[in-house]
This record gives sequence, structure tokens and C-alpha cells, in this order.
Amino acid sequence: MAGGHKHAAQANHHESPKMYIIGYILSLVLTVAAFWLVLAHVMSTTLLIITILVLATLQIFVQLFFFMHVTEGEGPNYHGMALILGAIFIITIVFGSLWIMSFNAQVQ
Amino acid sequence: MSMTVDDVVSRSGDHGHHDHHDHDQEGMKILGFWIFLVSDCLLFATLFATFLVLRTHTAGGPTGKELFEIPGFTAETFALLTSSFTSGLAVMEMRRGNVKRLIGWLIVTALLGLVFVGLEIDEFVKMVSEGATMQRSAFLSAFFTLVGTHGCHVTLGLFWMTAIMFQLARYGINAVTQRKVFIACLYWHFLDVVWVFLFTVVYLMGVM
Repeated sequence: MAGGHKHAAQANHHESPKMYIIGYILSLVLTVAAFWLVLAHVMSTTLLIITILVLATLQIFVQLFFFMHVTEGEGPNYHGMALILGAIFIITIVFGSLWIMSFNAQVQ
Repeated sequence: MSMTVDDVVSRSGDHGHHDHHDHDQEGMKILGFWIFLVSDCLLFATLFATFLVLRTHTAGGPTGKELFEIPGFTAETFALLTSSFTSGLAVMEMRRGNVKRLIGWLIVTALLGLVFVGLEIDEFVKMVSEGATMQRSAFLSAFFTLVGTHGCHVTLGLFWMTAIMFQLARYGINAVTQRKVFIACLYWHFLDVVWVFLFTVVYLMGVM
């Protein structure tokens, strides 16, 4: 098996719980921050919505990199490509729907 | 890019040509599952878009602010976040080759998942008993569809994880069970990501 050493090294690296604990703490911090911001209502509603959406997006990256091992392996990063294509579709569906439905309010 | 199957299969002992072939196969199966997850993201994206468009259409019925109970959805969030962490620990123990601890962490993960589903059912029952049914308004239709679809995913994940625990107990850790555990845990992390957005978009923006 070519690159067997590399694989073994990777496996050893990931056997430490450190990455998982850091990921868990980060996800808790991000969640508590979003929660606190909403309860304390420290900023205007629009800014607040943008901030908590950014915090939620950061959570995706915590899950992908600390828990889902998205960067592992070798060769072309097909997972990454699929995820980016998916992200483009998701943004189009969600923000496209919101945008197009906002015209409804103007017509009425 | 065959991800952890690289690590995973390198632990299976044999390093023959036959093994190398299996190794590529297992890697393709994991890639296939990633593509499924992306397609599942599209399902949730359409439900989120529907919810966002309809969230103000309460038709004189109860609003999110009146219905959502902060302790309830906060407990659900922490149960699911913690279960994502413990399923990560399960994968770590699998790579160490410790089948007992692997099953142990899977049990903890499944129990936290069960707590989550229990809290969600409790929430739905309370809402319906207050007259906030799916038929009441467009907002509630979108709410129950979106949150209920996620809840169904979690429930399915619980059955799946239980089945894998039996397989692990019977066959131990081999290339096939390793791939199965890995994929089930990917699914679980994905459900956590979707919940983070449900928590943010539905609940936090609902009580704002």
C-alpha cells in the first residue's frame, strides 16, 4: 500500500481527543454567544440576525473540520467540490426565494 | 480522496492487492454518502426557504414568540451538540481499535439523541394542545414540516445507530463496520449542523 506510513501517521494524529474537545468547546461558545446576543438584544434586529447567521455558519466549519474530517485523505477533494456546489444551490434557493417573495409586499 | 477509510482500512491488518481494491471501494462509498448529504442539504434548503417566506403569515394565530419555550429548545440544542461530540469520540475509539468504548460512546450518543427526540415530541404535543396545529396557519405548516423533517432524520439515525451497535457487538471492528460507523457519524454531525440553523433561524429569530 503506497503511502502507508502517511496513513499511519494521520491515524495517530487523529487518535488524540484534543481536536474533538476543541471542536466541542468552540461549538458551545458559538451557540451560547448567539443565545446571549438574542436574549440581551444588544444591537438592532437586522444586525442581530446577520450576526447570529454568521455564528451559525462558523458552526458548519467547526463540524466539518473538527468532527467530519473533511480535509483528510489524498487526491482531488471531491467532498469539497460537492459541498461548494451544494452551498451555491442552497444560497440561491434560500436568498432567491426571500428576494423574489419580497416583491409581493411591494405589489400589495 | 478516500478520507478516513485511508486510516480505517490501514488498520485492518492485510496489505495485499485485494485489500487495496476494497480500500478504494470503501472510499467511494464514503464519497457517495457525502453527495447524499449535499442532496439532503438541498431538501432542507427548500424547507428553510419556505419557512422564511411564510414565517410572518400567522393568519391571526399564535406566533413563534408566543409558542417557543426557551428552556425547551435550549435543552434540545445542548443535547444535540453534545451528541455530535460524543459520536466524534466514538470514531476516535474506533480508530484506536477499542470496540467496547466505541459501542459505549455510540450508546451515549443515541441516548442524547433520544433525549432530543423526547423534548421535541413534548414541544409538539404542548403546541398542538394549545391549538397551534399544522392546519392553523402557513407559519405553523412550514414550522412543523421543517422541524418535523429534521426530527424524522434524527429518529432514523437512532434506529441506524442501534443496528450498527448490534453489528459491532457481533463482528467487531473490521473494514466494513468501520465504514458503517464512520458514515453514521457523518450523518449525525450533519443533523447537528441542520439543527444549528433551525435553532438560529426558527427559534432565536422567532423569540427575537
